[in-house]
Amino acid sequence: MERKIRVLVAKPGLDGHDRGAKIVARALRDAGMEVIYTGLHQTTEMIVETAIQEDVDVIALSLLSGAHMTLFVDVTKLLEDKDMGYVLVVGGGVIPEEDIPALKKAGVSGVFGPGTPTDDIVDFIRKNVKR
Amino acid sequence: MFKKEKLSQIKEKRTDWEKNYYSNIVKNHPERKGKFENLSGTEIRSIYTPGDIANLDYNGDVGFPGVYPFLRGVYSTMYRGRLWTMRQFAGFGSAEETNERYKYLLGHGETGLSVAFDYPTLYGYDTDHPLARGEFGKCGVAISSLKDMEILFSGIPVDNVTTSMTINGPAAIVWAMYIANAENRGISNGVIGGTIQNDILKEYIAQKSYIFPPEPSMRLIVDTFEYGFKKIPRWNTISISGYHIREAGSTAIQELAFTLGDGLEYVKAAMSRGLEIDKFAPRLSFFFNSHNDFFEEIAKYRAARRIWAKELKKLGARKTRSLLMRFHTQTAGCSLTAQQPEVNIVRVTMQALAAVLGGTQSLHTNSMDEALALPSEKAVRIALRTQQIIAEESGVTGTIDPLGGSYYVEWLTDKMEEETYRYFDKVEKFGGVIPAIEKGFFQREIAESAYRYQKEIDENKRVVVGVNDYKTDEELSIPILRMDEKGEQRQINRLKKLRKGRNGLKFDRNLKRLKRAAEGDENLMPYILDCVHGYATLGETCDVLREVFGEYKEPAIY
Amino acid sequence: MNDIASKVLKGDPRSVARLITLAENSLPEGYHAMKDIYPHTGNAHVIGVTGVMGSGKSTLISELTHEYRKQGLKVGIIAIDPTSPFSGGALLGDRVRMMELATDEGVFIRSMGTRGMLGGLTSAVYDVVEILDASGKDVVIVETVGVGQAEVDVIKIADTTLVILVPGLGDSIQAIKAGIMEIADIYVVNKADRPGVDQTVAEVESLVDISCSNRNRKTPVLTTSAKESKGIVELAQAIKKHISYLEKSNEFEAQRRKRYEAELVEIIRKRLMNFIFDESTFKVKVELLIDQISKKEVDPYTAADEILGKILK
Repeated sequence: MERKIRVLVAKPGLDGHDRGAKIVARALRDAGMEVIYTGLHQTTEMIVETAIQEDVDVIALSLLSGAHMTLFVDVTKLLEDKDMGYVLVVGGGVIPEEDIPALKKAGVSGVFGPGTPTDDIVDFIRKNVKR
Repeated sequence: MFKKEKLSQIKEKRTDWEKNYYSNIVKNHPERKGKFENLSGTEIRSIYTPGDIANLDYNGDVGFPGVYPFLRGVYSTMYRGRLWTMRQFAGFGSAEETNERYKYLLGHGETGLSVAFDYPTLYGYDTDHPLARGEFGKCGVAISSLKDMEILFSGIPVDNVTTSMTINGPAAIVWAMYIANAENRGISNGVIGGTIQNDILKEYIAQKSYIFPPEPSMRLIVDTFEYGFKKIPRWNTISISGYHIREAGSTAIQELAFTLGDGLEYVKAAMSRGLEIDKFAPRLSFFFNSHNDFFEEIAKYRAARRIWAKELKKLGARKTRSLLMRFHTQTAGCSLTAQQPEVNIVRVTMQALAAVLGGTQSLHTNSMDEALALPSEKAVRIALRTQQIIAEESGVTGTIDPLGGSYYVEWLTDKMEEETYRYFDKVEKFGGVIPAIEKGFFQREIAESAYRYQKEIDENKRVVVGVNDYKTDEELSIPILRMDEKGEQRQINRLKKLRKGRNGLKFDRNLKRLKRAAEGDENLMPYILDCVHGYATLGETCDVLREVFGEYKEPAIY
Repeated sequence: MNDIASKVLKGDPRSVARLITLAENSLPEGYHAMKDIYPHTGNAHVIGVTGVMGSGKSTLISELTHEYRKQGLKVGIIAIDPTSPFSGGALLGDRVRMMELATDEGVFIRSMGTRGMLGGLTSAVYDVVEILDASGKDVVIVETVGVGQAEVDVIKIADTTLVILVPGLGDSIQAIKAGIMEIADIYVVNKADRPGVDQTVAEVESLVDISCSNRNRKTPVLTTSAKESKGIVELAQAIKKHISYLEKSNEFEAQRRKRYEAELVEIIRKRLMNFIFDESTFKVKVELLIDQISKKEVDPYTAADEILGKILK
């Protein structure tokens, strides 16, 4: 039986713009993945605890409020503390190019800015999922 | 508008043209698409003739500007008398930084102020709230107390310039801070002018910066209507918005229908409290998006005016000022691309022109770098200049509603009105706007449109220049606005100082009184003003209301 | 004992989550662990929750869980959503309404797709119930797909089945016709703050009178308003009452037996199907037969005889 990739789509912090997160969730579902969408206003703890219980392969973070350097890194740090290196972390939203290297260093493997075709995100996940 | 005889002649000629000229060309040179549809999915014909607007009655349906049904414009002179207000939405970091940006914009010719608040402020949290972590000043200015408001407008003549504030959940409190600041500067309530967005229904539907559940939120809003027309006569106590609905992915028709639907809901709420429609309706205002389909946007604004006038008349409004719909427009943020950002200037120009040809009262043009960050000084200056070019150099302001009478635009205006009424009926079947929100009707419609639009782009059925076609490999290199890293800590320190320095007894007493009033049904504005004058913070005041009203949790719809 | 099994018995969330994944994907590492934890199951009270889409199941479950937590009970929740028959993917969104419980150590929530099963459950649900049970949960709530008509499988697995309705949905009459109504141990009319409650309660009560006339227990009809947190305590009490009833009347054993039967059937079915359609050497033979059936060279019954014949030898 073919294994399904399980993805957690989460919006950390206070940002309420969920158009992109919902579209990505649907696109991943259409690509055969099981998508757990947590909704808005997630704290770092909520995101990581959910990732544990749902045994996800991927965490996809969406943020358009500019707080990504704090909030995305909070998530990757907590994952590291909990020894959850097997989870692929990707992020999207309003993220200037110059912030991408720092995010990647912090553990966000893929950053998808405005205009990214949904297929690119699907392909990236398929290619880079760790287990 | 046309005689029956002439119409049948035109029909004949059209059929003849389609058969003998058009089809011949199409046979050998097929059109670029099988079907031409606008962004709402309405099919567009190759040409429009009087036959398409055969039933249009000029005097009844089209009329003259400044007169019911206001299709051609809300004022008799429109831009010949006064240009639209050039009002650039701005705000970031701390009140000091934003104050500088306001002075820059005013110095470069903008004619009205517009405040963008950061997320914690939008949700009624002070900068030092745990949930505010990392969010201070990132997408707007942080205003945690009257002190911040004083700094924000320091050196700015609020008796002479109007201010629009994009705030919803805690709108009443932030408005109170503005009023209190003016009062402290000796500027009377009768003089200050501006707008608070204060449109909670669209928060539930699209923008999601809600705090309290629908019922208490509506109560607060009607409180502001009442306080507004009694005490602050030059203030627009609501900006009923379609902008965010569109940004969330809706079509133009949905934007039109859902916004007007929300508006009517507010009118009904105020009326059921016993407020006279002709007292509060003149101070209702609207806020629309200006997206890519040039003519659809123009038709949308025209249809909006006519529908609103009709509906308010049905509800019993008699005064001219109650029936005319004034609106602010912002060019579509969601249409901006991160790729080849200079090209955004061109997009914004077209969108701004559509808003002007559509008769907007006030306009914000986006900056080219906004797909990536908040606008830099240079970028926002170009955005402002875009408006100034249209105003001073294009000549379009010399006559009112220049596209009136265009067979296409009049046909499209009628069509959009028709589709809007269809949506009104659908919402009626749910039992009204609030039940429809709770059942997720609007959210589902929006999510569907958003998904469809993205699919069209992914499948290359819709071209976005620079994104899925006409791409370049060039490195993005425009300067991005960076904010003061130390701002958050400074703000937190300021809050500590504020809390220590104020009169603790008065503070306690004011909050207690507010709580009691919130539990009853008095108008809360005077109580909020007292809290604000006593330097209660935004978070402290909202917490009282949170306690009484509860917090809203949304249903999950894709 | 298997390492992951002993961690599951201690209640370690990561191991619980891992074992659920292994079981859901029928991975062999999972079998041993499942065998090891099995003797430690049977303690948790299993509550099945079903009802049409829009009846507020998830919010109600969240409220009920809060109540159980107040009573000091540990809760496991399995939230099932439909897998798309076209893409094989699923949007598992029930958790959205339960996110405040995410960081409560006494609550474990797992979202699952139906992955092809039709009865409203997923075939792995039995395993997941056992896992949550063995990990120390006092109550396991199974939320099924809210499709309405066909989702009666939940009665096989639950000790207590709740059917959730809403006033004025119009579907209440339809549901009555469809068989979903017959499976309830407790009816709950949720969103009772809406108009039409009394009418819906009356409709259901008259149905109950008819169908329970020759039974020992009259199925209770409760009203709740999840968003106003009303009726939740009463619901928890009614559920407790139902379990006492089952225990006293010896129906409990019979009920559990049905579950174990269904579980055994499911394990066998899955193994058989995996063997026939996934195991490589056999699969080739099967594919050949399907081709022959398509060309009308052999009929499906003869083909089945051949396949089964080989297995049963």
